Amino acid sequence: MSRFPVENIRNFSIIAHVDHGKSTLADRLLEMTGAIAKTERNKQVLDKLQVERERGITVKAQTASLFYMYNGQTYLLNLIDTPGHVDFSYEVSRSISACQGVLLIVDANQGIQAQTVANFYLAFEAQLTIIPVLNKIDLKNADPERVASQIEKVFDIPKEDCIRISAKLGTNVDQVLEEIVKRIPPPVARGDEPFKALVFDSTFDHYRGVVTNIALFGGQVSKGDKIMSAHAGKVYEVNEVGILRPEEQPTDRLYGGQVGYLIAGMKEVKEAQIGDTLFHQKHPVEALPGFKPAKAMVFAGMYPVDQSEYSSLRSAVDRLTLNDSSVTVQRDSSHALGAGWRLGFLGLLHMEVFNQRLEQEYNASVIMTVPTVPYKAVFSSAKLIKGHRGVQKNMVYIDDQRVMMKYLFPLNEVIVDFYDHLKSLSSGYASFDYEDAGYQPADLVKMDILLNGKPVEELAMIVHRDKAYSSGKALCERLKDCIPRQLFEIAVQAAIGSKVMARETIKAYRKNVLAKCYGGDITRKMKLLKKQAEGKKKMRRIGNIEVPKDAFISVLKRKDK
Amino acid sequence: MRAALDLNKKQKRSVGGCQRRRPSMCTITSVFFGGGTPSLAPPSTIAAVLETAARHAHLPGDAEVTLEVNPTPAGASSLGDFKVAGVNRFSVGVQSLHDEDLRVLGRDHSSQDALRTVAEAQRLCPGRVSVDVIFGRPGQTAGLWETELEELLSVCDDHVSLYQLTLERGTYLFKQVQAGLLGVPEENTMAQMYDSARRILGKRGFLQYEVSNFARNGAVSSHNMNYWKAGQYLGVGPGAHGRFTPREEGRVLREARTQTLEPDVWIKEVQRWGHGTRRRIPLEHLELLEEVLLMGLRLAEGVSHEHWRQFSPDADLQKVLGTSIEVQELQDRGLLVLDDRGLRCSWEGLALLDSLLPPLLLQLQEHGGQKGARG
Repeated sequence: MSRFPVENIRNFSIIAHVDHGKSTLADRLLEMTGAIAKTERNKQVLDKLQVERERGITVKAQTASLFYMYNGQTYLLNLIDTPGHVDFSYEVSRSISACQGVLLIVDANQGIQAQTVANFYLAFEAQLTIIPVLNKIDLKNADPERVASQIEKVFDIPKEDCIRISAKLGTNVDQVLEEIVKRIPPPVARGDEPFKALVFDSTFDHYRGVVTNIALFGGQVSKGDKIMSAHAGKVYEVNEVGILRPEEQPTDRLYGGQVGYLIAGMKEVKEAQIGDTLFHQKHPVEALPGFKPAKAMVFAGMYPVDQSEYSSLRSAVDRLTLNDSSVTVQRDSSHALGAGWRLGFLGLLHMEVFNQRLEQEYNASVIMTVPTVPYKAVFSSAKLIKGHRGVQKNMVYIDDQRVMMKYLFPLNEVIVDFYDHLKSLSSGYASFDYEDAGYQPADLVKMDILLNGKPVEELAMIVHRDKAYSSGKALCERLKDCIPRQLFEIAVQAAIGSKVMARETIKAYRKNVLAKCYGGDITRKMKLLKKQAEGKKKMRRIGNIEVPKDAFISVLKRKDK
Repeated sequence: MRAALDLNKKQKRSVGGCQRRRPSMCTITSVFFGGGTPSLAPPSTIAAVLETAARHAHLPGDAEVTLEVNPTPAGASSLGDFKVAGVNRFSVGVQSLHDEDLRVLGRDHSSQDALRTVAEAQRLCPGRVSVDVIFGRPGQTAGLWETELEELLSVCDDHVSLYQLTLERGTYLFKQVQAGLLGVPEENTMAQMYDSARRILGKRGFLQYEVSNFARNGAVSSHNMNYWKAGQYLGVGPGAHGRFTPREEGRVLREARTQTLEPDVWIKEVQRWGHGTRRRIPLEHLELLEEVLLMGLRLAEGVSHEHWRQFSPDADLQKVLGTSIEVQELQDRGLLVLDDRGLRCSWEGLALLDSLLPPLLLQLQEHGGQKGARG
């Protein structure tokens, strides 16, 4: 891998709405440039994780360098595959900043969808060349004319610019490669500049440590160099550099304008955060703009089913977060459920994928408590003012079949079931994207749960005032079913301040004794008794009420799962 | 205890109370013929069993020999023969004085049959007849129950066993209730019925000596007392249970023994090996104490200090249970009493025994654990 003239390098990404064919196109490009052999099994080569394969989504962005012959010259095309989901827009934005152009894929039947728009804006704001690609033209319902008009109207890109392809069949994909060379400018990088690279992804390898994916904006880097990262501020020695084909192919040196990987003795992915800037220790540079530490939007409490599994769960979480620096992890403990964590995710999908990976890759079973979104309490009595319903902000007709509407929603209304409901109500046609609109004042109250007058802290929750009665009642009913009868009556109450919103009563036992217990009955009775005694050990005492752990779990855990 | 018997029907025999007199001789204090419907067996079988028992051990003439009787017309007529065979106490399964209910319960006798049987039994063995009654039947109200009980008490002998209806899986009644065709009284009503029964019996001179058993004139079931006092007993017959220390084999621990369940298999095994014991499990010290508590607390007199000392000479009840906060709470609630007599339930506590046992058991285990750690 010798010095490649910068003019012959093209760095690009493929962006699209979910399932519009991004990964299939990436497969085709790899095949056509010889990076992978053309076989059936290459279906979505770049999606490596089991959960990705199962869900048909890309979670981790992957990168590959392709060699393409055109007009007698060899070009180096660096493809950066991006996550296609709304939760990962930061990753997408960083991948994009390493490029000079994007292929914007739009399904020729579905047309513009929410992620299409979101991703377009990312590329547009980064001032990249945008090549619209209409995919799936092989399908019966494809209507490229209509979609091309749509694109022209919404994105202001001329219809003629659209390349009409079928990634699945390979139709016109060669044209895509041509256009990449023709329309996307080469990177701007001078060899005499000091080394400056953007980290746009990092993975953890057990044997070699953190492997960072970098795009060089200038200078060169090779094995043995001493480098530093702008935000972590630490010094490292480079162990290895190379390009991705998509497998790692080590080289002596990487040059400005190129994209590849770098290993430098970092132990945790947190040391190589996405968006960070790398440079030579002796030649510090200005950090590349746009770096943002990942911001968690959805929180959930996570606890092992049994405390004895705590340490194995902790290892699993540690290993999983090695490769996912956007999960925030904080140790937490609940009187009800024991020691656990408060995890922050970029979104609901992120959380679900994390959970699924825990179960599949680490065989861990956990209790996830209802996700909460960050609240800012203004007063210590925790009364916030908040609008309950979405407030419509604007409405734009994309074409005669589609309308795009913008609403302002409180985040916690959105975060649990909204997406699912929207999909089912609109038969899947509606799509949805959200961005943080900042904190808004809201009408929330803290609801306490009391057992015989004693508040149970772990079950206190913040609810919207209008929902206080219904959630309180539902909670009381659930508890009534879970708490066994005792020698005295138990009053289960939901209250806001001193006002009781809902109440259920668990009656006391008036008679509880086995009728017959003679010689032959003892063994059976003893077994039963011992089981009861064991169960008793696991209960938690609130006042003098014995509450099984299950009661807490059933109340706290996500209702839909 | 070895015996090879000719059996037509499934029968269980429980032989209780062995005391060492001479190395290979023990005294049987009571014999109980129960299980299914022992009164279906010919009296000659009963006689044969008693004779065999007498050959292997000392069976005094005043040992209590009880036979469970199903009060069918046929059953009543053979009572005399049973007495001749050696039976000196009858336990009659009256269950109810309402014919409707008897049908629902799946019984094949009428209330008249039952009353006649009781009368006959009393004639043969006065003061030694027990009557079984079930309350909490479908459609029964507290008022109806009280009336029925009063009626029963005017004709019964000196011993009554009172059981709350329990629905057994697979029975006709169970299925009916499951299907919603029959309802049983509410829990509160059941509790009320039990309560009022206790009072009514008390007023009539019956002493409640166990959760479900009442006697006047001292007519307690000595066989059952042996169970509750964790005495030794042998179970003979398919599915029978026994608990004793096989000293003949030089053992020290008490064993829980079960006989093979299926009658034909049991017979084959007895014919082949001389016994039908399927399982023998030695009871650890802690397990034994657990049983002593479980059974002893069913008695109104509870577990006395002397009784407890037999099984736990090193740690008395106060030492074992005194440190438990929960046990103290139960005493404060007036459900449990721990004083210089021993440990027992109060009147209210007896009805709630199964709620009191888990904390007691836990405390017993804790104490045992501590001892183990120290020792």
